[in-house]
This record gives sequence, C-alpha cells and structure tokens, in this order.
Amino acid sequence: MIQLVLEQALNGLQFGLMLFLLAAGLTLVFGIMDCINLAHGSLYMVGAYFVAAAAQAADSFWIGLGAGVAGAAVLGLLLELSLFRQLYKRDHLSQVLATFALILIANEAVRWIWGPAALMLNPPEALSGPVEIGGFFYPAYRLVIIAFGLAVAGLLYLLVAKSRVGMWVRAGASNREMTEALGINVQGLFTAVFVFGAALCALAGGLLGPLLAVQVGMGESVLILAFVVIIIGGIGSIRGALVGSLIVGTVDTLGRALLPTLLRALLPADAAATLGPALASILIYLLMAGILFFKPQGLFPARA
Amino acid sequence: MAFYRPATYQKPVVLALLLALLALPPALTAFGQEFYIGFATRVLIFALAASSLNLVLGFGGMFSLGHAAFFGAGAYAAAICMSSGIADALLAFPLAMAAAGLLALVVGAISLRTRGVYFIMITLAFAQMAYYLFVSARSWGGDDGLPLASRMMLGGFSLTSDSALFYATLGCLALVMVFFGRLADARFGRVIQAIRENETRMEALGYPVFRYRLICFALGGALAGLAGALLANLTGLASPNLLQWTQSGTLLVMVIIGGVGYLYGGVVGAVILLMLEESLVGVTEHWHIALGLLLLGVVLFAPKGVAALFGKRHD
Repeated sequence: MIQLVLEQALNGLQFGLMLFLLAAGLTLVFGIMDCINLAHGSLYMVGAYFVAAAAQAADSFWIGLGAGVAGAAVLGLLLELSLFRQLYKRDHLSQVLATFALILIANEAVRWIWGPAALMLNPPEALSGPVEIGGFFYPAYRLVIIAFGLAVAGLLYLLVAKSRVGMWVRAGASNREMTEALGINVQGLFTAVFVFGAALCALAGGLLGPLLAVQVGMGESVLILAFVVIIIGGIGSIRGALVGSLIVGTVDTLGRALLPTLLRALLPADAAATLGPALASILIYLLMAGILFFKPQGLFPARA
Repeated sequence: MAFYRPATYQKPVVLALLLALLALPPALTAFGQEFYIGFATRVLIFALAASSLNLVLGFGGMFSLGHAAFFGAGAYAAAICMSSGIADALLAFPLAMAAAGLLALVVGAISLRTRGVYFIMITLAFAQMAYYLFVSARSWGGDDGLPLASRMMLGGFSLTSDSALFYATLGCLALVMVFFGRLADARFGRVIQAIRENETRMEALGYPVFRYRLICFALGGALAGLAGALLANLTGLASPNLLQWTQSGTLLVMVIIGGVGYLYGGVVGAVILLMLEESLVGVTEHWHIALGLLLLGVVLFAPKGVAALFGKRHD
C-alpha cells in the first residue's frame, strides 16, 4: 500500500511538472497580454506531432525532441506575428472565437497531414527499462521526465525571478501600461514570451509522447487542466503556476489511484463503483471551485 | 455599447421568415428532401440554445463557458422522464427546464461571486464536473448516454414524425423569442443591460445586482434545458458529449458570429454556423479548416457579428 502511494506520488509529481511546462506559457500570455489562448493545447498537440515526426525521421528521440521544440517555436513566432498581435487589444470574446477557430484548424490540419491514427513515439532505448529506488521499481523514463521538469522549473525560476528580462516580464504582468511608459519594448517582450511558451508546449508534448498517445484532440483535455492550474495559482504568476501544477498533478493522480479503493472500504461496493471514478475525475474542479470561493484571485495573485 | 433596440424592419422580416418556415416541411417533402426536415429542426434547436446563451452573455454580460452543462442537463432530464414513464412533453419539457434552471441557479450562486476571467473559468469548471458526473453515472448509461425509447407526445399529438417535431421546435423557439423580445424591453431587461454597462453605478443606485444577474443566469440555463430536451427527442439520445466544453465553445461561437447582445444574434449565428458546416462537408473532407478560417475572418473583419445589421444599440 505504501509502495502504491509512493509510486503514485511520483507519477503525480511527473504529471504536475509536465502541466507546469504548459501552464507557465499560458499564465504569462494570459497574465501579461490579457489574452485567452484556447489554442495553447493545440500548440502542445502540434509540438508532440513535430517531435514524433522528427524522431521517426532522424531515428533518435533526442534529435526529434530538439527539432520538434524548435519547429514549435517557429510556429509560435509565425502565429504571434500574424494573428495574436492583433488579438491582444481585442476583448475576451474575440480571443475565444479566434483561438477556438485555431483549434479547429490545427486538429484538422494534423489529421490531414499525419492521418487519424495515433502516432507512435518510442522512448530512448537506454531509458526503456525500470530502475530500482527504495525497494520498488520505477520506469527510468519517467524519472528522466521528472528531472527535465525540475530543471526547466528551476531555469524558469532563475529567468523570471533573477534576470532583467524576467523583471520586465513580471512588471508587464503586474502593470502593462506602466511598463511601457518606462520604455520597455513590450511588443517584443510579448513575442518572446509567446514563442517561449510554444517551445515549452512542444517540450511537454514530446516528453509525454511516449507515455500517452500522440493523437488528434490530445490538446483539449490538457488545456482545461492547464487553465485550472493557472486559476488556482493566480493568473500571471509563475510561482502560482508551479504550485498549482504540483497540486493538480498530485491530487488528480492520487485521487484516481486511491479514491476508488478508499471508497470501497467506506461504502457498499455498488455505490463505491459508481462514485469512485466520478469523484476522482471531478476532484480538481472541486478543488478549484473551493479555492476560488475563498481566494477569488488564486493563491498567488500577480496583480497587487 | 448600450440598450438593444430592434430595427424597424426587423418585425416584417421575422414574420416573413416564420411563414416561410411554416411552409418548409411540406415543401421539402414535395421535393423529396425529407432528410433536411431533421436538419432544419437541429438548426432551430441550436438557435434556441444559442439564444439562451445570448441572454446570459449578451444581455447579462456574463461570459459563461459552461452553458453546455444546462443544455445537456435538459437532454438528460428529458431522457430520464421518458425512462420513468413521463412521455408527455407538456410535463417533461417544463421538468427539463426546471432541472436545468435549478442547476444554473446553484452554479450561478457560486460562480457569480467571481469576476472577469475567473468567472469564465469557474463556469467551465462546473460544466466539466457535470460532464464527468454524467460520464461516470452508470445507471444513466455512462459513456454511451441514455437513449429514449421513442419520441414524446405533445398533449394529444405524437412527435414521432419529423414534421411534427419540427413544428413543435418552431413553436418553442417562436415563444421563447417573443418572450425574449418582451423581456429585453421590460424593466428586467433594462436593468440587466444597465448592469452589463456599469455594475458599480447600478449597485450604487440600490439595485440588487447579484440577484438580477443570478435570475438572468438561471433563466438562460432553463431555456438551454428546453433546447436540450428537444435535441434529445430529435436524436433519441441524451449523450454526455452534449456537456463537453467544446459544445459550450460552439454555442459561444454561434452567439459571437450572430451578434452578442442582439435579440436575434443567437438565431442568426446558429443558422450561419450549421449551414456552413452542412455545405462545407459536401465540398471538402477537411471542412474544419475552412470553417476555422471563416471564423478567423469574422473576428478580424466583422467583429460585431452579423445580427448587427438587423438592430441598433443606442449610444
């Protein structure tokens, strides 16, 4: 039982860190530019396809990952310059409509190019086996994902909290007009942040590719989770995104693994069988509604 | 932004369209195109659903991304009525509206405490909860949804034929639109639009802002429930897919294309979107791309929606 909890906690950490890669870009785009980007999940999907395709072509996971991330960054750059730049000034309704349209286009384009079947993405040979930690076996590849996630989180923290560019980003999130008035090139900053967010999406998509299926529609479910994360954490806050991701990742994973068992011990089998999965899937939404009820601005509001 | 005021030519246009719609089923039958009666019914149902969202979004100024929950709840309520022996729409439809309205009342009472994007996201969260609850409710069919044994009766008339259901739907839509038009012009409609324009001022004038908003939200939910009940009759199934967030997105897109805050915005948007889908499907397999590009075009070049041509909002 303890082993199960430990293993699931590690899975939760891994999932949470991947969510963080998605949420970090989303929270900055949302927080600084006040832009609702429903197509963020599509960047994740397209990024995963880029990585899978490049990995197949180069016959190497790591080359594929690098090429895919670079490709997604270029796509992000093109999108920002052609479309999003016009959307920042518009109201939320227009942003929702435009990015909803992007979802339609992205899903269909991917289906067109790569076909409706899911794409296979194999983890690197050396990492396909399990390793033993503290008395139980855990897939090496998942450990690598955790390491990657921690490294990126640390890097982002240094970038946002310690560097000059990070200071501009934080200033932009807390008061855009004032930042502009101080002579910061906010336009260029927006573009850089958007491209960076797109690259992080592809990184998450590529890393998760071997664990989940690379398929059309993979972006939609994860998009909602990323939104839950940034709402819990507070829009525009990187620290909030990290804390929110870890909370959502752990609660969701542990809930799905343990709640049915727990309920079976408390309730009659019939009721537990219905209630368990239902409760497990709505747990994070309950959590979010609860947090919003008590802290309507999220845990770490970026705007004072 | 200001109060909605219909254009002078709106009434004759709407009456003419209503007469044309009355003649639609016999005309389609005469040309051997009965299939399109079902399609026309679908368009009317989505027009009703989009209009109910337009009440919340356009008139109430509440950006809800969870409207599909009430739509789906109405469908499930109808299917549950059917399976427990209530086969008369005169009873089942009000029950579906009550169920969806009650759900909206609860969701609204919690969500309306938040503002701005947080409201968007919390309504989305509640819709996701409803979706997962229905997906995992095995006694209501779980993933597969809850089928209806047959279509309902409306008083003494059976809705089994496609034409009968079409006329019933048209009747519902017409009633709702008349009600909607009166409401927009009544005190309630003025207050709710004034709250959309300047919440603080209305609060200072002593209006119970929260209560007005909540009633508007619940009313929108109840009307969406009616649309859901009709759709369950049309397709013979209450499916959890109706509650998916992309469905909320589709309804939003309809309202935005049609014209947010214009009386017929929802109707116009539903007609345009579904007709576009139907005609694009015939042209290319990849019609989603064409539809997406068209939507982008609307955002960039016609930001006020198509119904802006049919009514004014006084400044």
